[in-house]
Amino acid sequence: MKTVTIDAKDMHYTPLNQKVRAAVADGAEEIILNNVLGQRFIGNGVRGNSRIIVNGVPGGDVCMFMSGPTCIVNGNAEHAPGNTMDKGMLVIHGSAGDAVAHGMRGGKVFVRNNIGYRGGIHMKQYEVEARPMLVVGGTAHSFLGEYMAGGLVLVLGIGQEKAMTDRGIGSGIHGGEIIIRGEVDDYLLGVGAKKFEFTEADLERTKPVIESFCEQFGLDPAPFLDTNYTRIAPASSRPFAGKYVWE
Amino acid sequence: MSLGSIPPKYKVSIDREQCMDCGRCIENCSYGTFRREGDKILIQSRKCTACLRCVSMCPRDAISLTENPVDYRSHPLWTREAREDIIKQARSGKIILAGMGNASNLPSIFDRLLLDACQVTNPSIDPLREPMELRTYIGKKPSKLEFKKTEAGDVELATKLSPNLKLETPIMIGHMSYGAISLNAHLSMAKAAKETGTFMGTGEGGLHRKLYPYQGNMIVQVASGRFGVNVDYLERGAAIEIKIGQGAKPGIGGHLPGEKVSAEVSRTRMIPLGSDAISPAPHHDIYSIEDLVQLVRSLKEATEWKKPVFVKIAAVHNVAAIAAGIARSSADAVVIDGSRGGTGAAPKVFRDHVGIPIEGAIASVDQKLREQGTRNEVSIIASGGMRNSADLAKSIALGADAVYIGTAALISMGCRVCGNCYRGLCPWGIATQRQDLVDRLDPEQGAMQVSNLIHAWTLELSELMGAAGINSIESMRGNRDRLRGYMLDEGILEVLDVKNAGA
Repeated sequence: MKTVTIDAKDMHYTPLNQKVRAAVADGAEEIILNNVLGQRFIGNGVRGNSRIIVNGVPGGDVCMFMSGPTCIVNGNAEHAPGNTMDKGMLVIHGSAGDAVAHGMRGGKVFVRNNIGYRGGIHMKQYEVEARPMLVVGGTAHSFLGEYMAGGLVLVLGIGQEKAMTDRGIGSGIHGGEIIIRGEVDDYLLGVGAKKFEFTEADLERTKPVIESFCEQFGLDPAPFLDTNYTRIAPASSRPFAGKYVWE
Repeated sequence: MSLGSIPPKYKVSIDREQCMDCGRCIENCSYGTFRREGDKILIQSRKCTACLRCVSMCPRDAISLTENPVDYRSHPLWTREAREDIIKQARSGKIILAGMGNASNLPSIFDRLLLDACQVTNPSIDPLREPMELRTYIGKKPSKLEFKKTEAGDVELATKLSPNLKLETPIMIGHMSYGAISLNAHLSMAKAAKETGTFMGTGEGGLHRKLYPYQGNMIVQVASGRFGVNVDYLERGAAIEIKIGQGAKPGIGGHLPGEKVSAEVSRTRMIPLGSDAISPAPHHDIYSIEDLVQLVRSLKEATEWKKPVFVKIAAVHNVAAIAAGIARSSADAVVIDGSRGGTGAAPKVFRDHVGIPIEGAIASVDQKLREQGTRNEVSIIASGGMRNSADLAKSIALGADAVYIGTAALISMGCRVCGNCYRGLCPWGIATQRQDLVDRLDPEQGAMQVSNLIHAWTLELSELMGAAGINSIESMRGNRDRLRGYMLDEGILEVLDVKNAGA
């Protein structure tokens, strides 16, 4: 396997990203970035199927517009990881800030621990080939899946008494689904979001995602493979159809 | 219903002596105003929107259309509009949705600004004989140039230049999305932009594959819904525009109704068929000016700093301070959209009451950037209700580098400003996705008309500049001495930094 190692110590993000791009163009299968400390836009707009290992804490917008590669972050991530991501996978071995997977339209974002506000906000999908997934091991703050237009948000609540305790889940949701481990109190739901029973068929669909998440973090999937989830989906695909009257 | 009906807005009639009963009015009206019963064409005026399609297509000029003469008791405050809006809301409990630009009766500042011309002391220039330099570059300009000498003794530019867009005329076509308008409307404008050496915006609807041949003249938009945005889209555009706000509806997002999300629209936007396409009010990854910097730079990183990035804002009260922040964000141009800007659909209360006119916004932004020494960092593109070459010339004299036209381009393709764009039934094939209606607009013909309009304004601009003794657009830009205010108050004249007529 062709591996390229880059020492990011004291490097500005533009030359760092140029080096990553050059390595991808050069056919590197694995690119290891050491001593990453706050550099933004890592993996931004990168195509192909290389594996980018980030050792440290990347800055905002890691993997934004990314289309194909797998990016493993060995640390926490800042604002908006996986922003408007297209294809590929982002795995964060830690927690992440606000707007995780914002406007994401394909691929997977797996966060081992917790995420901030507005996770999965405005995620969308086109047919089956572009269905984004955000899986959170711990919990998320308010406005999870707000304005969601497609895809999947899954919250496992590992180490939490309740997977979700913040409000505004799925406000304005008009596509896709939010699946949360255990019961979700009604008052946590946003306008336009509706709770549905999580059935055996739902588990069948979700099982590969749970297994894939657990595989990434070396967890045993068995404790998560039951129907003890709440499924939250849109009350309507046209949430604003009744809001207006013509002039 | 206890409220009864509101009187029809328009009254349509047919001169039966002229009418030859061909039925073209029935075929052309997508709103169902005309129908045939037996051997007679009947009219239902209530359905009319004054799009004037029937009037334009009637071979005998037999159709008349007037605003329906219904008089309410006169009252200076309780106008017909005020009363009818209340009736509609009492009935529905809903937000009133309106199309096209601001329809309130506020005076236009442009109409009270007058241009200058040479007499005796300095001669005017005849554009027929002298070259007029209208070429405009949009993007960052270096604050100084450095040169180095090569070994061969030549002089070489040492300063690294930022990417700029090269326009043959300072008129661009603004962002109207595929979805809000038809593919044939987009194709017409894209062809015209290419032919006239200018650029057009995609709006927030992605880039349809049929527009790929014109991508070198397209500015791709990234708005809060991120519809159709991926790295491929960003790379196709000649420039990228972040839309923060729109003059017709500052501060709120947009909803493309599910009816307009056809198979092609869904594919281009990359969203499900028939679902509402919702653009939230803010970009949810931008909650501060620092976050804006992050998005600007993220777009630049994704495209390897090869493309100019514009930021579009609505003209609002603190527009100059906001633009000053944008000028420091690595953005290459700021687009200011004034309160008279058009839209396919906006809540009426926003369209008519939120935001400020473009004239004051251009002047205050230009002034602020010059004061702060950042005017070279960003170009200023002005938009929102540009009706003719005079508005264009005045915008440039107030400090804009170029303008975006929107409604004017639509009118050049047939639009009659009826303001019913949001209904998706545009009989001119512009604001619709219904194939039989879209087919009415021939992209070749449409392109010719849009090009004609841009050519005509460009010619007029050269004549206006020549008359003022100016032969280069650079000498016109921000040249407020070439403007005088007529019947504008002192406060506005101060904002515009323009003298009074006669002064």
